[in-house]
Order: sequence, then C-alpha cells, then structure tokens
Amino acid sequence: MAEIKLTDLTKSYGPTEVLHHVEGEINDGEFIVIVGPSGCGKSTLLRMVAGLETVTSGEIAIAGRRVNELEPSARDIAMVFQNYALYPHMSVRENMAYGLKIRKLSKAEINKRVEEAADILEIHQYLDRKPRQLSGGQRQRVAMGRAIVRDPQVFLFDEPLSNLDAKLRVQMRLEIRKLQQRLGVTSIYVTHDQVEAMTLGDRLMVLNGGYVEQFGTPIELYDRPASVFVAGFIGSPAMNFLPATAEEDGLLLPSGIKLVAGLAQRGQVLLGMRPEHLIPDAAGPIAIEVEMVEQLGANTLLHGTLSGTDHAMVASVSGHVSAEMGTVHRFAVTPELLHLFDPETQKRLEA
Amino acid sequence: MVENRPLTAILTHFMLVLGVIAIALPIWITFVAATHDAARMTQVPLPLWPGTHLWDNLKQTLFGSGLSGTEGAPVWLMLFNSLAMAMMISLGKIAISLLSAFAIVYFRFPFRMTCFWMIFITLMLPVEVRILPTFEVVANLGMLNSYWGLSIPLIASATATFMFRQVFLTVPDEMLESARIDGAGPMRFFFDILLPLSRTNIAALFVILFIFGWNQYLWPLLITTDTSMTTIVMSIKQMLEAAEQSPQWNIIMTTALLAMIPPIFVVISMQKLFVQGLTETDK
Repeated sequence: MAEIKLTDLTKSYGPTEVLHHVEGEINDGEFIVIVGPSGCGKSTLLRMVAGLETVTSGEIAIAGRRVNELEPSARDIAMVFQNYALYPHMSVRENMAYGLKIRKLSKAEINKRVEEAADILEIHQYLDRKPRQLSGGQRQRVAMGRAIVRDPQVFLFDEPLSNLDAKLRVQMRLEIRKLQQRLGVTSIYVTHDQVEAMTLGDRLMVLNGGYVEQFGTPIELYDRPASVFVAGFIGSPAMNFLPATAEEDGLLLPSGIKLVAGLAQRGQVLLGMRPEHLIPDAAGPIAIEVEMVEQLGANTLLHGTLSGTDHAMVASVSGHVSAEMGTVHRFAVTPELLHLFDPETQKRLEA
Repeated sequence: MVENRPLTAILTHFMLVLGVIAIALPIWITFVAATHDAARMTQVPLPLWPGTHLWDNLKQTLFGSGLSGTEGAPVWLMLFNSLAMAMMISLGKIAISLLSAFAIVYFRFPFRMTCFWMIFITLMLPVEVRILPTFEVVANLGMLNSYWGLSIPLIASATATFMFRQVFLTVPDEMLESARIDGAGPMRFFFDILLPLSRTNIAALFVILFIFGWNQYLWPLLITTDTSMTTIVMSIKQMLEAAEQSPQWNIIMTTALLAMIPPIFVVISMQKLFVQGLTETDK
C-alpha cells in the first residue's frame, strides 16, 4: 500500500508531445479512475506508472520512492490488461504462480498465496484449466488473481472490462470495487466509459488531448465541471450547451428569452444545462421543439431544438411522456443547476 | 455442394485411384526389388510380386559391405551418418533461427533492420550457389570428412528465421509486458513463454528441415571422401556406378527402402503438430 505522486509528467514520441505536465497525488488506498476519449493519453499515463513506457520528463514516485528508472518488476505493482494477457500454455495455477516463482518464493508460500487469491475470487474449480478453456469473465478473474497473489503496493487496470458483455461488465465492476475496498490497495484504473468511471472511482482524473482537465470526486465533476469538456463528458445524456449573453437583468438565450437574473458575469458566456435538470413546466422559459423521442422505460429523452433556433437540446423527463414530432414542450430550470463557461477559454465561470 | 450422380462418383474415384497408383507404384517396385535375389533382378520382365529374399538382402545391405565386390561402408553406418547430419542441420537451424528471430523482434539495437535484411538476402544464396567458397572455408577449417563439415554450412537459415519472426510478431505485446511485470528477464521470457508458444511451429519446421537435411546430396558428395562418412542418399547413386558390373538392383533398392524409413517416421510421428503448426493462428 502506498501513495503515488506524479510531478510535471510529460511524454513525447519524437517531437510529438502526447502528455503535457500531468500533476497528481494519489493517496494510500485510493481508487483513481483515469477517464477520457480514446487517444487522450490515458493508457500511456498508466503504462508510464507501470514502467512499460519511459518517462520523457517529470517524476513518478510510489511510496515516496522515485521509480522512473526502475523495471516494472521492481516497482511493486501489478497490472491487469485489457486482453488479460494470460500465458496460454500455462494452467491458471501456473499463471498466477509465475511471478512468484521468478521472485524465488518457497513452494509452500506460493501455494498459500495462490489458494488465498483463488478463495477471494472463487476460482478454485478452474485452477488446473488452461486459459482457453475459460470464459471471458473467468479469464478476467484469473487476471485479477495474478495481480492479487503478488501482494503489490499498487494495482493498475487497463480497461479490464471492455472485452466483456454489458451484464458481466456491471457485475465485474462491482466485484472490482468490493475487492479493492477489501484489500485496500491503491489502484489506478483506466477506462473510456464514464459510467464505469463514476461508479468505481474515489476520484476521477479526466484527460483530454494529453491535458488533465479536472481531478476530483465523481460528484465534484458532475456538480462543478471545470471545463466544457468535462461537463460534456461526464453525465449521460450529455449536457446541453447554449451561447448566451449575461446582462444585468438576466441571461439572454438565443431564442430571445431571458433566464433568471442575479449573475455576477457580464457579456458572452456558454450556458450548460443537464438534460435531467430540465423540469417540465407549462410556463417555463425554455421551449423545445421535439424532433425525436427515446423511451428508456424509467425516463424519456426528448431530442429537439431550442424553439425558434437551431441549437440542439435534449431533455430527460422521468416516467413515460408521449410527444408528437414538431410539438413544443416547455421546461423550467433551477438557477443553481446552471453552469456557465467562458466561450474563449472553455473554463468554468463561477456564478 | 452435394453432388449425387453415380457417373461423377465413379469418375472422381477413378482419378483418385490413378493418382495413388502413380505415386505408389515406384515405391511398390522398390519394395518388390528388395525382396528378390540379384540374379532374378537382371532378368526381363521385372518381377511385380514380392519374392523371398527380403531378409537376406536386408542383412547384406545393413551389416555386410553393401554391394558384393566393393569396399563400401555398411549401410547402417550410412544411415547413422545421414541421421546425424539431418539432426544436426535441423536442430542447429532451429536453434539459430529462434535466437536470431528473437533478437530481431524483441530487441532494439543499431542496424536491426540491416541485420534482418542481410539474413533475408541469404535466401538468394543456397548452398549450390556458394558451393566453391563454402568448400574452401570448410576445407581450411579442417572440417572435411566430419559431421561438422557436413552440417555447419547448411545450418544458417533465412527461411526459418523469417518464419519465427512472423510467429513472434503474432504473440501479443501484452504477453511481453505481463512477463516484464512478473519480473522475467529476456532469456527467461524466451524459454518460459516464447518457446512453448511456438512449440507447434518448431515441430512443423523440424519436419521440413529434417527432410531437407536427409535429402542433401551435392554437399555431402563434395566434402566426404572417406567411405565411413558417406550418407545414404549419395551412396545410392554411387552404388549404381560401382565396380564396373551390372547394378545389383536388389541391394540398391533395399538401400533406397531403408533411406525412406526415417523421413516417413518423422513425418508420421509429428504429423499432428505439423498440421497444427502450419494452420494454427490463435495464440
């Protein structure tokens, strides 16, 4: 168990810089999720912590020890790969024991650890099978078992659930979370799935184009996104954005309607409203011309445009709502749930 | 497509039987010739059914001096020479190709691609092309009439290196990374992970290389003058011209029969792995 410290971490491939001055402190026993769209550098960051990629500049410290130059095996970490990377010619038991055998642990000790890990993951009955005889979910457990037996200071997960089907993914997600809480090992988990990120992480690091957009708890990210990117990435369906003008007596929407006043800002802003924060209200100021309706059962998504403009809007209404195409629905929104962003810097403006 | 017309069935079977006969007949003749005595083999027409002298012929061929009236080595020694040469060539080729493919795929050293292409270019230089300089080198090293001389010049192999390179490229990168996290060094990774993963490919290559080595004719002919170093394949040819007498077909054919056995044994015993090695893609 250990804390991890990333200081001014940069990675370049030749002249192309793919990670820019990443900073972050991860506390002992914390579960950190690195999330971002594909190509944002999240896997590269994880692989740098693992020691599979070199560090161009900056420092990675695990438990107060600089590990930049250490081999992966010397960093006291364990990694779970996306495709599991189990050795196909070894049985499950041998797969789990391989790292320990190299570390020259005694037979008895290796056996004890493998049995313990098998207990935790309930994979006793597969111990003597080959990986190819296992299903995806079972392979996933073995890959985790291989990480557990090493008893490392840090667990690293590289999109471990993306090869599983939806139902199994939800189940394994819970198991990973429970397991991590039980073992209390500091963990870094990489994913592109924001639901996975929100449910697993104590804190989330949102990466975009090699920059850290925001690093905070899931609720912080949801309630107070630091930038337009985070606001649009976290939450589903994504936040609605409208260009607006902040004036003394309120926010002027493109439809010519004014929203609540009392804002400190003046001038051009980007207004963000979450679809689930739009409340149906016959006298509400926001009118949406419906173009398409998605029935999800528990709630209904109304896709359309802000009436009189061509700005796309989505509203999420609980329960079943029937809406004809072309009809106009009106919504109200609580002022506290509005987000304002600077259209130039894309950063959050504090109200 | 399921065809069920009797005429096509008869025709296809006829063609298949014809093909089998075309391939099997010479082997049958060889076998028949090995079972008659020398006198019968000089008469026309040649016998088509086995005679009664198989054991006599085998005994004389294997443990006698081969042809009567010559100073040739007994055939068991030739069989042993051929076996030693074929084994040294195939095992040597596999060992060297595995290591060089391992270096080319997994290590980043200066002129890596240059090395790869240099190996690749030797594909254009089989023994027959470089036979004079190679002979010179082997002669200067004093390796004439030795197993080393027979096998070493044939060991370097671009084909096998290239094949193992392709095999290693199909091994996912995560396998290496996972081994690095487990703390396996390069050689440990090679022996514990890479070798077992290419097991079937090694077997397939072994079959091909063993037969390649076994069938070598020109090179052994050139560098062995001592009859105790003769290989079986070249001895068959020599027997034909030996001793200014009419060829002793019964002995020659027995020798040919014996020469066929080891390759057949290797192919049959490794058939399953061989097919897997050539068709399997899943790692």
